[in-house]
Amino acid sequence: MPELTYREAVRDALGKALREDDSVFIMGEDIAEMGGSMAVTQGLLDEFGPTRVRNTPISEMAIVGSGIGAAIQGMRPIVEIMYEDFLTISMEQLVNQAAKHRTMSGGQISVPLTIRTQGGAGWSPGAQHAQQLEAWFVHVPGLKVVFASTPEDARGLLWSAIYDDNPTVFFEHRTLYSIKGEVSDELQPIPLGKARIHREGSDVTVVATGRLVHESLQAAEEAEKDGISVEVVDPRTLLPLDEQTIVESVKKTARCVTAHEAVTRGGFGAELAAVIQHAAFDWLDAPIERVGAAFAPLAFAPGMEQWAVPHADDVLEAIRRTVARG
Amino acid sequence: MATVEERAESGGRGVSEAMLRGFFREMLLIRRFEEKVEDRFRAGELPGFLHVAIGQEATATGVCAALAREDVIASTHRAHGHAIAKGTPVERIMAELYGKVEGCSKGYGGSMHLYDVEVGNLGANAVVGGGLPGIVGAALAFKMRGEKRVAVAFFGDGATNTGTFHESMNLAQLWTVPAIFVLENNGWAESTPASQQLPLPVEELGKRAAAYGMKLIEADGQDVEAVYLATLAAREHALAGKGPVLLHLRTHRLTGHFVGDPQVYRDKDELKEERETKDPIRLLGARLEIGEDEFSTIDGELTAEVEAAVEFAKAGTDPKPEDALKYVYA
Repeated sequence: MPELTYREAVRDALGKALREDDSVFIMGEDIAEMGGSMAVTQGLLDEFGPTRVRNTPISEMAIVGSGIGAAIQGMRPIVEIMYEDFLTISMEQLVNQAAKHRTMSGGQISVPLTIRTQGGAGWSPGAQHAQQLEAWFVHVPGLKVVFASTPEDARGLLWSAIYDDNPTVFFEHRTLYSIKGEVSDELQPIPLGKARIHREGSDVTVVATGRLVHESLQAAEEAEKDGISVEVVDPRTLLPLDEQTIVESVKKTARCVTAHEAVTRGGFGAELAAVIQHAAFDWLDAPIERVGAAFAPLAFAPGMEQWAVPHADDVLEAIRRTVARG
Repeated sequence: MATVEERAESGGRGVSEAMLRGFFREMLLIRRFEEKVEDRFRAGELPGFLHVAIGQEATATGVCAALAREDVIASTHRAHGHAIAKGTPVERIMAELYGKVEGCSKGYGGSMHLYDVEVGNLGANAVVGGGLPGIVGAALAFKMRGEKRVAVAFFGDGATNTGTFHESMNLAQLWTVPAIFVLENNGWAESTPASQQLPLPVEELGKRAAAYGMKLIEADGQDVEAVYLATLAAREHALAGKGPVLLHLRTHRLTGHFVGDPQVYRDKDELKEERETKDPIRLLGARLEIGEDEFSTIDGELTAEVEAAVEFAKAGTDPKPEDALKYVYA
């Protein structure tokens, strides 16, 4: 099987959609000649030209909003918001417009728009270039939310997001762009709303997203040395959520840890914990542990940044706490 | 003061009397519709709250008359007139205000979210300035596909202070998309007068087009013929590939911001004078020399049409409560 980096996998899905479908176009800040601030869209301008690979002004409201308008007219726009921190600028268009047109119109309108964005700590960008805001969007009926953690998932999920008739926010993680992974020869779409079990285990379930999937797999290896068998599940799509796979896993292991890079308070782990305790209360042998970042704007100095966000050690400690409950 | 033709750059085209009479009829229909919904709201029959467009009928009728059916509009919180003028039957709008399945948004939208995609109404918007970016995107889609259609955003002077206005004007001009930005300048942002929210004199708000290098066309928003000709000119400009247009229409809100607004912020004598001198229906009626008898005949027909719309709406179907979930996802 061929290998692609996470970055190449995203690009592969974009290129294939642009190649096969005239209704697809991409727009965002610096995505054309520069190829995007994360180099994801490199080469696409040369292949598809400036009409379909469009640099935009620094206008996040208009980028998302014009994507909405084009989508309603039958296009499948893919817009890039350079950092998810900047999604906050386009919130009105995403939350009040994209998410609500279909309901407000009584089903007359669909908005097949994909919003790609990225974020994440680990390179000292400071507080405004590294947030993990995915939980905000899970709170909005009408949106779908995807967070891919591997090259194969990124490619297959992005394809499904593009061809979903609902507005979908697609999160990529800054520190994952260079990881390599095996992918199938041909792009295999991955349906939205299907979790992936990365590693089977029998003692503790870790439900992790984004970078923390990799940290959790590392923690699981460590735990194994102590005789603790850990199952790692990545929901991949946060909205809609594959509750069945997650709940079944917890019923099997009776213990659960949630893990994401976003701050713990009000994070996606809180929603996971609520869903799991309600569906599997009688199966649980320990309180659900949540792993996430400290509740502070991310500090710049590398020591403070690394202290604030979770790593494999934090997941391992949480695993041990759940096991210690007997 | 330039003539209508000069202002509208219409090449001196006239508008036939028959057409003007059609405009008169539609404007009076909007007026009677608005008066009726005020009345039914006060009677407690209509949920939510309402903004009526009394005084602004000429901008709705004049603009929409110049558009083709396949052209699209985005409307505002003051939406009833736009929806009627774009071609949605009044009984379907009335049914929407009553929250019925027969409504133009099937009871999901209400007064501030009137949609009718079949006639090109992409929805009224309750967020000031919220509909503008979408219109840029619709126009972009038309341009990319080589379709001869324009996308039109209605908004008021208050909206020209929002970020979406500036971002949308900028992007539309940058990409020379066939969009028309219809500024219905009534000089009020809810209760805040132009002097407290606009750094320019209210009559000069069109100058904002210059900041984007955008074509500006202006017309008296109380003169439906001028509005119509100006919109024709704007549409021609946009369809010729010359880019978007800011269509600045100075108009007058002859009523409160919302139904029930006591307008404590407004000078009573000024309002009275505006009602006497700026009413677009009265102005057109005088010009067409519509006499009392003729007026009563037309008025009787329109009043009956609006009354029938109320009966239609009241007899409509209440949505099943659990259908609130029906259209969340495609």
